[in-house]
Amino acid sequence: MENKFTRNIYMVPYALWIALFVIAPILLVLYYSFFDIEGNLSLVNYQKFFTPVYLKMTLSSFWYAFLITLISLIVAYPTAYLLTKTKHKQLWLLLIIVPSWINLLLKAYAFLGIFGTYGITNSFLEVIGIGSQQILFTDFSFIFVSVYIFIPFMILPIFNSLIELNPTLIDAANDLGASKWTTFRRVIFPLTIDGVKSGCQVVFIPALSLFMLTRLIAGNRVITLGTAIEQHFLVTQDWGMGSTIAVFLIIIMFLFMSVTGTRKRGI
Amino acid sequence: MSLELESGVSKLEKKISPLAKGFLFLIFLVLYAPIFFLVFYSFNSGGTMFDFESFTLDWYKELFQDTRLLIIVLNTLVIALLSSLISTIIGVLGAIAIYQVKKRQTKNTLLSLNNVLIVSPDVIIGASFLILFTMAGLKLGFYSVLLSHVAFCIPIVVLMVLPKLMEMSPTLIDAARDLGANRLNVLTKVILPFITPGIFAGFFMALTYSLDDFAVTFFVTGNGFTTLSVEIYSLARRGISLNINALSTLLFLFTIILVVIYYFITQRNNKAQIGGIRK
Repeated sequence: MENKFTRNIYMVPYALWIALFVIAPILLVLYYSFFDIEGNLSLVNYQKFFTPVYLKMTLSSFWYAFLITLISLIVAYPTAYLLTKTKHKQLWLLLIIVPSWINLLLKAYAFLGIFGTYGITNSFLEVIGIGSQQILFTDFSFIFVSVYIFIPFMILPIFNSLIELNPTLIDAANDLGASKWTTFRRVIFPLTIDGVKSGCQVVFIPALSLFMLTRLIAGNRVITLGTAIEQHFLVTQDWGMGSTIAVFLIIIMFLFMSVTGTRKRGI
Repeated sequence: MSLELESGVSKLEKKISPLAKGFLFLIFLVLYAPIFFLVFYSFNSGGTMFDFESFTLDWYKELFQDTRLLIIVLNTLVIALLSSLISTIIGVLGAIAIYQVKKRQTKNTLLSLNNVLIVSPDVIIGASFLILFTMAGLKLGFYSVLLSHVAFCIPIVVLMVLPKLMEMSPTLIDAARDLGANRLNVLTKVILPFITPGIFAGFFMALTYSLDDFAVTFFVTGNGFTTLSVEIYSLARRGISLNINALSTLLFLFTIILVVIYYFITQRNNKAQIGGIRK
């Protein structure tokens, strides 16, 4: 009896946190999604979501997030692989992570200068004879900056799973006559798929919802789900519609989590 | 085990080709170029990020005379320290609570609930907290920002502390109990000392998350109160001003200091761990 009581006391602040800041917010978002802009109970938000405007936005948001995740993966995997082969690999890894600790907005701001009309990239393009281009406020700059920001988050889990890989397995594959490519395709990649999956999770979902980048770098040309939510909550004050989009984003998130599934991560 | 891995990898090391080195170099170059670009132009007297006219420290002077910005920096630090402190306390209690749950299913449910705020996009956390605070009648400002920072830092602390608890052999607690320690003694003399590295790591992670956060704060901050991230966002939306560059140089230095501290803490922890295993 006394045991149970003390155990409950431990639990109280944490249980309160779960109730107030985990469960309640999700329920509130769900609740608000059933109210239109005048505050009447209705399903009009859901109807609106299934109009071409919103569906197109969702699809393009997906497409951008997919591209960002794919490019990050293509760059991050070899980087993580090579990092595991360096001396002092923990130090190098730390150096990869450091930029991710610099405020995201400062990095985005740096690209305002780098990609700007008179920026360093355009001067370079002038010199090699291509001539000045509009780089800022295009799809390219949005994807480039997003990949730049997400790369460390993709490298980290892949690096960790590569480190856990037992090197004798690679020796075994070599001994059994597998080529480098076969070893990679049949041994290394399948065994590090968990790292790849959690890397994709930490990139794809934020990529759907980053709104500051679309505002700063893409100049409102790219509208992601996140931008739409921010717009509805803070600009047009249509909390109902914002919540509806949030509900769909939450559903997408859970679907994506279950597809990339079973994460058994010990940190 | 880790030693074996080390030697295995060091055998492979010779294989790293110049091409691979070039690739890694390129990655590091791309990762750091924007940061050094900002730092470089913070000394530009020209006032733009393209023509470097001459060296000046004017932007730094301007920065230190800007009391409004200094207050914002102070706000950000206060929020970060307070929220990581509170979230560390609640998070450690939460981790112990999860650790003590015996039923597997309850444990998994608790863990999933714990992870909800980690995997949720910032926009959703921000928007839902905005609804929550408005419904609760809390005025947006310092307290709403503090509460939301505490809220999203707690699960991080739990995730940093829990593995340490799992590492701890349950026989330790049994032994302490057999030797007559009461529950409080077990907590303060056995459990807490054992998980101290995890607690520090959790506190540190919470601190960086709080310092870095933009999206959640942006939603719940209201009019009167600003943190550094939100301020940088509104400055950057207005265009380029080299004050921001000067600020980012200082923040970069600050980050480097934090990284060095963090590196030494983890190094020490690793050593302590190895020592512990040897005994």
